[in-house]
Amino acid sequence: MTLDTVTLDTVTLAAGASAADSAQPYAELGLRADEYARIREILGRRPTATELAMYAVMWSEHCSYKSSKVHLRQFAATAPDTGVLLVGMGENAGVVDVGEGLAVTFKVESHNHPSYVEPYQGAATGVGGIVRDILTMGARPVAVMDSLRFGPADAPDTARVLPGVVAGVGGYGNCLGLPNIGGEVAFDPSYAGNPLVNALCVGVMPANRIQRSAATGVGNAVVLLGAKTGRDGIGGVSVLASATFDAAGQPAKRPSVQVGDPFTEKIVTECCLELFGRGLVVGIQDLGGAGLTCASTETAAAGRSGMRVALETVPLREASMEPLEVLTSESQERMLAVVTPAALPDVRAVSRRWGVLATKIGEVTDTGRLEITWHGELVVDVPPASLADDGPVYSRPTARPADLNALQADDPANLARPTTGAELRANLLRLVSSPNLCSRRWVTEQYDRYVQGNTVLAMPADAGVLRLSEETGLGIALATDGNGRYARLDPYAGAQLALAEAYRNVATTGARPIAATNCLNFGSPEDPDVMWQFAEATRGLAEGCRALGTPITGGNVSFYNSTGVTAINPTPVVGVLGVFDDVARRNPLDFGLVGEVILLLGETRPEFGGSEWAWALHGHLGGCPPAVDLDAERMLAEVLVAGSRDGMISAAHDLSDGGLAQALVESCLAGGIGARIVLPADLDPFVALFAESTARAIVSVPRSEELRFTEMCAARDYSCARIGVVVGDTLDVQDAFDIRLDELRAAFEGTLPRLFGGVVSSTPAGTPDSRASA
Amino acid sequence: MSARVGVVTFPGSLDDRDAQRAIRLAGGTPVALWHGDADLGDVQAVVLPGGFSYGDYLRCGAIARFSPVMGAVIDAAAGGLPVLGICNGFQVLCESHLLPGALVRNAGLHFVCRDQELVVESSRTVWTSAYDEGARIVVPLKSGEGRYVADARTLDALKAEGRVVFRYAEGNPNGSLRDIAGIANEAGTVVGLMPHPEHAVEDLTGPGDEGLGVFVSVLSSLLAVA
Repeated sequence: MTLDTVTLDTVTLAAGASAADSAQPYAELGLRADEYARIREILGRRPTATELAMYAVMWSEHCSYKSSKVHLRQFAATAPDTGVLLVGMGENAGVVDVGEGLAVTFKVESHNHPSYVEPYQGAATGVGGIVRDILTMGARPVAVMDSLRFGPADAPDTARVLPGVVAGVGGYGNCLGLPNIGGEVAFDPSYAGNPLVNALCVGVMPANRIQRSAATGVGNAVVLLGAKTGRDGIGGVSVLASATFDAAGQPAKRPSVQVGDPFTEKIVTECCLELFGRGLVVGIQDLGGAGLTCASTETAAAGRSGMRVALETVPLREASMEPLEVLTSESQERMLAVVTPAALPDVRAVSRRWGVLATKIGEVTDTGRLEITWHGELVVDVPPASLADDGPVYSRPTARPADLNALQADDPANLARPTTGAELRANLLRLVSSPNLCSRRWVTEQYDRYVQGNTVLAMPADAGVLRLSEETGLGIALATDGNGRYARLDPYAGAQLALAEAYRNVATTGARPIAATNCLNFGSPEDPDVMWQFAEATRGLAEGCRALGTPITGGNVSFYNSTGVTAINPTPVVGVLGVFDDVARRNPLDFGLVGEVILLLGETRPEFGGSEWAWALHGHLGGCPPAVDLDAERMLAEVLVAGSRDGMISAAHDLSDGGLAQALVESCLAGGIGARIVLPADLDPFVALFAESTARAIVSVPRSEELRFTEMCAARDYSCARIGVVVGDTLDVQDAFDIRLDELRAAFEGTLPRLFGGVVSSTPAGTPDSRASA
Repeated sequence: MSARVGVVTFPGSLDDRDAQRAIRLAGGTPVALWHGDADLGDVQAVVLPGGFSYGDYLRCGAIARFSPVMGAVIDAAAGGLPVLGICNGFQVLCESHLLPGALVRNAGLHFVCRDQELVVESSRTVWTSAYDEGARIVVPLKSGEGRYVADARTLDALKAEGRVVFRYAEGNPNGSLRDIAGIANEAGTVVGLMPHPEHAVEDLTGPGDEGLGVFVSVLSSLLAVA
C-alpha cells in the first residue's frame, strides 16, 4: 500500500475534470476491476485516495463476508425459535436471555494470520478484539476461552508460535481480569504454516440494558474513547487478513500487526460500563478491523443517518499521519460512542475519572452521507451503507474435492490393531501422551482462572462453568469444539460433530444447552474445493443447530488459511452456551469417591475414521467420521441434566477424542483415584476402549443412586451399561491390563513440558489434583 | 456493627471485588477506596488487592506507590492500621517500603496459575491469628512476577524475627528465595503475600475455603481491640 501521497486528494479534486481519471492503485489494495468500477458508479466520480482505502478495507473478505454471506444466511433463516434470543446475528454479538433479568452475550472470533506473523501480539489483540465486541453489546466481559491449532507439536516453527500465542492469550486476558475457563489445543500438519487462534468472550448484563450501535439523533456528538491512533495495523484487514502465506511462510505483503495494551482496555472497559450504567450512551461501537472506517460507517448505516467527522481532531500518536492512515489504523483499545450534547460533559467527567481519553470528533447529521474533513478540506463523502452493508456478494463456485472418494475409501479397518492386553496397554499410553490428548496444563497454568471469583469449573473440565448470581446460583456453561480431521473427511458431518461435542460437553457438566456461536476457519474461497467444504459445513451446522434447538447467535469466518496452495483442514469451531438454575449442581469430571459405580452411556460402534487412535498410532487419516445422531445427543443431554439436577451424579465426562480409554484416564487422574473396569462382553476390547462413537459419556454414581439412574435411562430407552467401580490407585481393565496412576500421570503430564520447556516445579505424583489444576 | 475494611481500587486492579466478597463472607463490611482519594475514611483495616495497577508499567507496583491513597495508607500503617497486600498489593507494599525485599519475574519466566500449598509459618500477625502455626492451606497462586528476593541479611532477619508468614510447600512455584510466599512488618500489622486467599473462601469457586482465615483473623483482631 502506498501511503506517501504527496498532495491531499480531496473530493473537489476527485470530481474535477483534470484529475478525475488518473490511474488508482485499486488492485494493489485488493479490489477487483469490477469492484472498483462499482465504487465509481456509487460515487459518480473516482474515489479520493482516502475513500479508495476505505472501500478496500470494508469490501475485503474479512469485513464484508462477501464469499460467505450467501451461506451464512441460513443460520438466521433456519434458526430454531426457542424464545431465548434477545439479539440475533448481525450485531457485534448475539444476546440470549438466561433468566432472572440477566442476559448473556458470547462470540468466538479468529486472529489466525496476525498470530502467525507475530504470535504474542496477534493472540493478545485477538483476545482484546473479541472482548470489545462483547463490551459493545453493553455487557461486562466475565470470561474468555481460546481454541488453538498448531502444526506438528515437534515442528521447529511450533516452538516459535505456540509459546508466543499462549503467552499472548494469557498476557492480555490475565491483565484484563478475565478468567480463562477453557478451550482447545490441537496439532496437525495442515496448520504448520497457518495456526488457528480463535478467542471466545462471554459477557453478562441486565437484560434491559442492551446497547446498540446505531448512530441516531441529529446533532448528537460522536466521541472517540480510549487509546490514541497510531500507525499500527494499517490495512491489516485488506492486506493481511485476506492474504495467503506463500511457501516460504512469508506474507506476500507485510504490514504491521497491531500492538495490544490490556491496561488501557481495562480502564476503557470500566469507563464504558459506567457510561452504560448511567445511561449516557445512545450508540456504541468498538474499533476493530478497519478501525474508524468500519466504526463510523457501520454506526451511521445502522442509524440510517449521516455523520460528519473532523478527522484532524482524532488524537494521534504520530502527527504526520495522513487521513487514510487515521481512518484505517487498527490501533487497539478504542471505542466510538454517540452521545447527546447534554450528556457530553458527564461523559467527559466519567472518562477523566478513569483516565480515558474522550474526544468529540464529529456529529450525527441527517444527510445520509458520511462526510469526513481534514483541516477543513472534504476528503470523504460517501453513503455509509455502501461500505458497511452493500458490499459485493459472491456466490462462488463449489466443487467436491476430487480426492475425497479415495480418502473416504481408505478405511482404518485395514490398520493393524492391538489384540493382546500388553498391546492395548501400550496403545493407551501412546495415546495418553500424544500431543493431541496429553495434559494441557503447560498451557492452562499460564491463564488466570480465578479472577472475578465466579469460576466453578475450568480446564480440564468438559466445559467452563461460571456463577452469575451469588444469591440464586444461576450460572452458565460454555464449551468450544472442533475437529479438522473429521471435517476434512466430511465437512457436513464434521461441522455437526463439532456442534454435537460442544453441546455434549455443556450437558455433561449438567447445564441445559441453549445457544451456539461459531468460527469457521477455511482455506481460500476462490478454490472451489474449499468453497464446497464451506457450503457443506455451514449447511451441516445450520441443520444441526435446528435439530438441537441451539440457534447460532453470531460468529466469524476466517478464509485464506493456507500455506501456499494447500488449504488447512476445514475447521469449523463451535461454541455452545448452557444454563444452570443452580451451579452447585454441576458435575465435575473427577472420580471422587471410592466404591462409586461407573456407567457408560450410549452405543459404541467400531468407528475409527479420523480418530485419534488412527492418527497417533498410524499417522492415518481416512474413512468416514463417526456417525452423527442428534436425537441421541438430545436424549443423552436430557439424562445428564436430569441426573445432575436430581443429585444422582457425582462425576461425568464426555467421550470424544481417544474414546473411553482417554475419558477414564482423565477422570482417574483428576480425582487421584483409580478404577476397576470390566468392558462390555459384547464388544471387542480395542473397540470398547478407543472407538470415537458419538453421544456417549461416562458417569460415576453412588451405589444408592444406581438403580434410580439406570431406571431413568431405561425409561428414555437410552443405553446405560455398568462398566466398573471407582477404587484403588490403578486403572485396572480386567482381563486385559492395569496401569498405576503415577505411570499414567507421568505419561499424561510429561509431553508438553518436554516439548516447550519445563516448569519450575510440578505437583508430585499421586497428589490429588483439584478439579482445575491438571 | 461489623468492622469496616477498605479495599483499594487502582486503575488496573482486578481482584478488588473478590477481596470485598471475602471480607463480607468473613463477616466484615467491605468499603471501596479509590486510588485518587487521600482519605481512608473510617476504615479499620485496608486490603491492597491483586491486579496490574497502572498496567504494572515501569515495575509492578512502582506507580501505584505514588498514588494519593498510598500516601494515606503509608501514614496509617505507621500508626498501626492493619494492611494486607495480595499479589500486586504485596508488590505495592514492597515498593512503598512498608515491607522489605522485592518481587521479580518468576524463575520459569511464565505466568503461573495453580492451587498452591502453603505453610502458615506465623500466627502472630493480625492477618493470620486464626491459623495454627505450621498449618497447611491450599490457596490459588496466579502471578508472573512473584519471585520474592531480598539480600541475605534481610532474609536472616525476617527469619530471626518470625516475620516469614507463609512459605510455599510441595514445590516452589516461582523461585522465591527460601520458599517465601508472604512476610510481615515488625509489628505484624502489615502483611504481604503473593498467593490469593480471597480466591479460597468458598468450596464452589476455589480449591476450598482455607484462605478465609486471613480475613477472619483481622476481623477478630479488630473486635478484640474495640
